[in-house]
Amino acid sequence: MPQLIVNNITLRFSGLTALSDVSFEVTKNEILAIIGPNGAGKTCLLNCISGFYKPQEGNMSFDGMDLITTPIYERTMKGIARTFQNIELFNGLTALDNIMAARHAHFKTGVIRSGIHFGKARDEEIYHREIVEQIIDFLEIKPVRKKIVGSLPYGMRKRVELGRALAVEPKLLLLDEPMSGMNVEEKEDMARFVIDIFEDKQIPIILIEHDMGVVMDISDRVMVLEFGKKIAEGIPDEIVKNEKVINAYLGQ
Amino acid sequence: MRRESGVFDVNYVQDMKIFRTKYHVIGMIALIAFFLSLPFFKNQFWLTFINSTAVTIIALQGLNILSGYCGQISIGHTAFMAVGAYSSTILAAQFGLPLWFCMIIGALCAGLIGILFGLPSLRVKGYYLALTTIAAQFIIIYLIKTPFPEITGGAIALQVPEFTLGGFKFETETHFYYLIITLLIMTTFFSKGVLRSKFGRAFIAIRDNDIAAEAMGINLYKYKLLAFFLGCFYAGFAGALWAAYARVISPDDFTLMNSIWQMGMLIIGGLGSTLGPFFGALFIKLLNEICLVAGPFISSIIPQIGAQISASLVEMSFGVAIILFLAFEPRGIAHRWEILKDSYRLWPFSY
Repeated sequence: MPQLIVNNITLRFSGLTALSDVSFEVTKNEILAIIGPNGAGKTCLLNCISGFYKPQEGNMSFDGMDLITTPIYERTMKGIARTFQNIELFNGLTALDNIMAARHAHFKTGVIRSGIHFGKARDEEIYHREIVEQIIDFLEIKPVRKKIVGSLPYGMRKRVELGRALAVEPKLLLLDEPMSGMNVEEKEDMARFVIDIFEDKQIPIILIEHDMGVVMDISDRVMVLEFGKKIAEGIPDEIVKNEKVINAYLGQ
Repeated sequence: MRRESGVFDVNYVQDMKIFRTKYHVIGMIALIAFFLSLPFFKNQFWLTFINSTAVTIIALQGLNILSGYCGQISIGHTAFMAVGAYSSTILAAQFGLPLWFCMIIGALCAGLIGILFGLPSLRVKGYYLALTTIAAQFIIIYLIKTPFPEITGGAIALQVPEFTLGGFKFETETHFYYLIITLLIMTTFFSKGVLRSKFGRAFIAIRDNDIAAEAMGINLYKYKLLAFFLGCFYAGFAGALWAAYARVISPDDFTLMNSIWQMGMLIIGGLGSTLGPFFGALFIKLLNEICLVAGPFISSIIPQIGAQISASLVEMSFGVAIILFLAFEPRGIAHRWEILKDSYRLWPFSY
């Protein structure tokens, strides 16, 4: 069972303390929601786990891998996949190729074989194509798979991005506001995808989300951040009653 | 992208094909047959034109991998052609090795030196990287011109040994024509193969969004340097081929101006498309020839302009072409070609 352990991490940007002394664990298959007001450090925490920021103090590990020094791409190869708050797709590629690009770490052929593009290189391409088509099928983006993603509507791009994270074959999935900017119907679709992924793959999912309805419905556990500090952690029903959380984020 | 009516893919092999219908295949065979039969028309001008254009296309394919696909702008590309040309010539002349073998070694040398000058790309990108590649242009040409004139021939021309392959001597324009066309087909095939594999996708990922690329498991350093290696390998190979064909090389063949011309050709042809180098090189070379013919004609009509108009006309029309393309079609002729293909598929029934 892979486990993410975050121990007392502190992240500073020259004077500003973005995260101070945050620790938590994800040791079983669960959906952990991180909530908190804007600027609380939610995305910073995700960026620390996926390697874009390097905390000055504390330590983190995932599945025996040290998460302070390991380069970003190696974390992905070991199974930490993520989506971004503002969609970060490869805009010049089609939806299909975007997801294929995320299969990168699973390809084995070298440059010369790929250049000749026959036999093994082509078989490998087809093998991965089949996996990617399954993801496309699952996310219901079949009609747009040959379209350049730059031209797709927002909701579709969010789905392609989720598909790209799935193509990594994650052991831990980090979703940074997967439902931001969506209408109710799109949110329901996305929530269904998240639950389906969770049940199908049996992997822990860490989710940042502002929509409390979604958080209450799909998460097993909720962690609340305020000004870089963890102020509460527990099952959703406890969190809504927590005095500190009501004052900091939920309101009366 | 629209598809031909009535053509349906039933498996992924068909979906990945480059030539999708039998008409594509017939068209391609007809085109190759036309080019193979060209020497029988005994027109030296067109043979020379195609030879020099084809060598440029090979170099441009390298630049396309590097700048078009991987997004690492390079304005020192002809310097790597010079590395290929000089290292293959020097190896062949000093050690008496066969020239075809030296061409491959020369291309490898260019690739390795490309990696060296690609190292700044790990820290800088965009305009700053473009400036560091200009440094390659000056340093390499200086090293050819100054420190070892007895080996490199200095600023004067260097003779290139004869090109032979399995006892056959390549002497005439026609011999080289067949050699260059064959190599061009091979390099096109190889670059297309690399660019539609995981490497091509990784290059485009780095160009479009390097943060996300790294988060998707792509090692940025490795792939940027690989792009530099491949791009400069192509340049070096084109340079070595040019040396074998021209039989004489000098540092003046590989100036900064030529590098800028190559970048311009690629922009006009279309960055990041397989056909871009073909269209770009053909367009600029044809424009060049037209200007050389039109120049004397113009100065005979309007004598006040002076007799030297041809030379400046080439540069001027190149400048105008770049401005027009950047303003009206920044994705180059290749993109126009795609639009054309798309619309003829529907013609005459736009349903």
